[in-house]
Amino acid sequence: MEYFLQQLINGVTLGSIYGLIAIGYTMVYGIIGMINFAHGDIFMVSSFISLIVFLALLSLGLTFIPLALFLVLVISMVITAAYGWTVERLAYRPLRDSFRLAPLITAIGMSIVLQNYVQIAQGARVKPLPPIIKGSYTLMEHDGFIVQISNMQIIIILTTLILMLGFSWLISRTSLGRSQRACEQDRTMAALLGVNVDRTISLTFVIGAALASVAGFMYLLYYGVIDFYIGFVAGIKAFTAAVLGGIGSLPGAMLGGLIIGLIETFWSAYFSIEYKDVAAFATLAIVLIFMPSGLLGKPEVEKV
Amino acid sequence: MTAAFSKKQKAVVKGAIISSLMAATMAFLLSIFMLGLRTKSAAGALVLEPRFTLVAGITVLVFSGRLLLHLFWWNKKALSSHSFKQPGWFEQLASSKKIGWFGQLALAQKLKGLGKHGGTIMIALCFILPLLLFFFNLKLGTGLPLRYWFDIATLILTYIMLGWGLNIVVGLAGLLDLGYVAFYAIGAYSYALLAQHFGLSFWLCLPLAGLLAATWGVILGFPVLRLRGDYLAIVTLAFGEIIRIILLNWYQFTGGPDGLSGVPRPSFFGLPFKRYGDQTFHIFFGLDYSSLHRILFLYYIILLLALLTNFVTHKMRRLPIGRAWEALREDETACRSLGINTVNTKLTAFATGAMFGGFAGSFFATRQGFISPESFTFIESAIILAIVVLGGMGSQIGVVIASVVMIGGFELLRNMEGLKYVFGQEFDPSLYRMILFGFAMVAIMVWKPRGLISARLPTIFLKTETAVSPSPQNKGDAQ
Repeated sequence: MEYFLQQLINGVTLGSIYGLIAIGYTMVYGIIGMINFAHGDIFMVSSFISLIVFLALLSLGLTFIPLALFLVLVISMVITAAYGWTVERLAYRPLRDSFRLAPLITAIGMSIVLQNYVQIAQGARVKPLPPIIKGSYTLMEHDGFIVQISNMQIIIILTTLILMLGFSWLISRTSLGRSQRACEQDRTMAALLGVNVDRTISLTFVIGAALASVAGFMYLLYYGVIDFYIGFVAGIKAFTAAVLGGIGSLPGAMLGGLIIGLIETFWSAYFSIEYKDVAAFATLAIVLIFMPSGLLGKPEVEKV
Repeated sequence: MTAAFSKKQKAVVKGAIISSLMAATMAFLLSIFMLGLRTKSAAGALVLEPRFTLVAGITVLVFSGRLLLHLFWWNKKALSSHSFKQPGWFEQLASSKKIGWFGQLALAQKLKGLGKHGGTIMIALCFILPLLLFFFNLKLGTGLPLRYWFDIATLILTYIMLGWGLNIVVGLAGLLDLGYVAFYAIGAYSYALLAQHFGLSFWLCLPLAGLLAATWGVILGFPVLRLRGDYLAIVTLAFGEIIRIILLNWYQFTGGPDGLSGVPRPSFFGLPFKRYGDQTFHIFFGLDYSSLHRILFLYYIILLLALLTNFVTHKMRRLPIGRAWEALREDETACRSLGINTVNTKLTAFATGAMFGGFAGSFFATRQGFISPESFTFIESAIILAIVVLGGMGSQIGVVIASVVMIGGFELLRNMEGLKYVFGQEFDPSLYRMILFGFAMVAIMVWKPRGLISARLPTIFLKTETAVSPSPQNKGDAQ
């Protein structure tokens, strides 16, 4: 039971990170109907930016950690958003009216470019960062087994919650959110009614990248090790989460992220840690085969 | 001169400068941390190494590059003093839109005419040239690095074969398969394991490996082939990764990360290519021993296998099933309305492609003599896909051109010592290989979404031959 509880906490933490990445997938899919394959690599880029900015701030003599972390988060969000914007501008916007698989192919190309760009710029070795936020609370103790929740985990879960609330507000209340939903329903009609479609799509990518950068930042602090390849696997898992929750649905992405995080954690805890990626990938296949519209998604009607 | 500038021209110049400044700002933002500061491990901790000149260089480069493009390329008409100049031949050539698809058709027909005779000549050259080189080298002792050349030719042919195999799935049937490397891996491991445990020869294992790969194609394909295009792509990617992870972790069976070594070499009708032994190739034919014999033999095996792939594809396209594939690529709903069993049609394409992947895999195993899961990562799938996409989906000659350019070109890049003098001693050109691959994929999709050889001639036509319009299909169904 204690073991189960501990894994539950770990799973929710992991799921929060996946959920934040999954929102980027689900928003882009909702608005232009493409799988932004490079989104996982945007996440990876953001964790590198966070690491570099953090080290730079330390070397500039900023030793007050909370302020440093806040600055790191803000700068990383801005820079990563710039990456998201650039990827959209270079690889997806010229293909707006192309055939369906074209943007997927450029997305794969962009993913390869980003991975190798980071590898050339920062080297192929893993980058370690010693734990910055330490300390933890003991929730319960039974027969010598301790259930703990670390400060880092609390921060991750809280940040995700706050971001989710803010984000839901953005989508449901602001004019940007309204244009986004309008573009999602009918791009041509939205354009006729005066919505700047290109700008809305660009902003979607910017928001998605900014959320992924929060995930990248927390991933860096939580695991303390990053390399240029983390984006690939994390990206596929987050995509699985988006599909599981129902692609296009924002609460679905978060729910899917949590489920994938839990599946992965429990699978590693109770079965085998070597095959944890297989568990996530198999979930993807099973969900797509039996439940292509996901948990909270709307079934898609194919129009001719 | 300044007086000659009209208001419109001034506005263009101003717009160009603003746009270039924005691009430069973006480039600065993107590169300031990622390129400007390099993390390095020193004494157990990470330290930063500044490289701000690089950032400045990139920013200036982006600014001036964009400004030049604005002034001399995009806005040429607005800025030139003769505003209604007739476009020269170069402009006409440069804008592919002006050529239109009539031009594409002419090109395709020319290529087809070329293919009739040029193809035969090329194939004949592929057969004769290596032998000629080999004998010249033997007689004259030219000292050419023949082994290296044959190795590269074999490598290129392997990718051509893989490209042709994947072309059946992606180019003909229109199914985006991101896990093609799984079948390559299955072929390789099938041969290695069958040879190790049952002592079967390469020639017996080759069809078996193809059969096993095709079976796996059916097993993996059956549940997922009803999915829509992009979902299918991601699921095949997941399958590819699952197979790689299983190969990596099933230690007792596959050797895990250590892989399988000592994969037997192929023999020439039972005659091994060995220096010593009773019945070896060189003794049987009364030749002097040369390690090149085996290399040359491998070259001819992959040449024949690749030609077989091409031949089968060529014939399949003329069969009802091949026509069904192409129809499926163009419009799935129409196919279903006409009574084509889409699942079976997709499945045959998937299995046929997988079979050729399996053949190529067992060839890879016998050539390398050692296989490990590292050879079968997603990036390999991406390279094969890039070859198919860049060459023009569905075009056989396109795959050849793309393979030669990409694999051969990057092999050249690896050997360019001269670049070291330009970019410094630490410069490793092979690092830039994949980044160029990625950019090429993006650029080709943006510039020519149907690939370099983009016009497809229909296999069947009424009275006159017209190209399938290169205009992208399924427009606007993204929603």
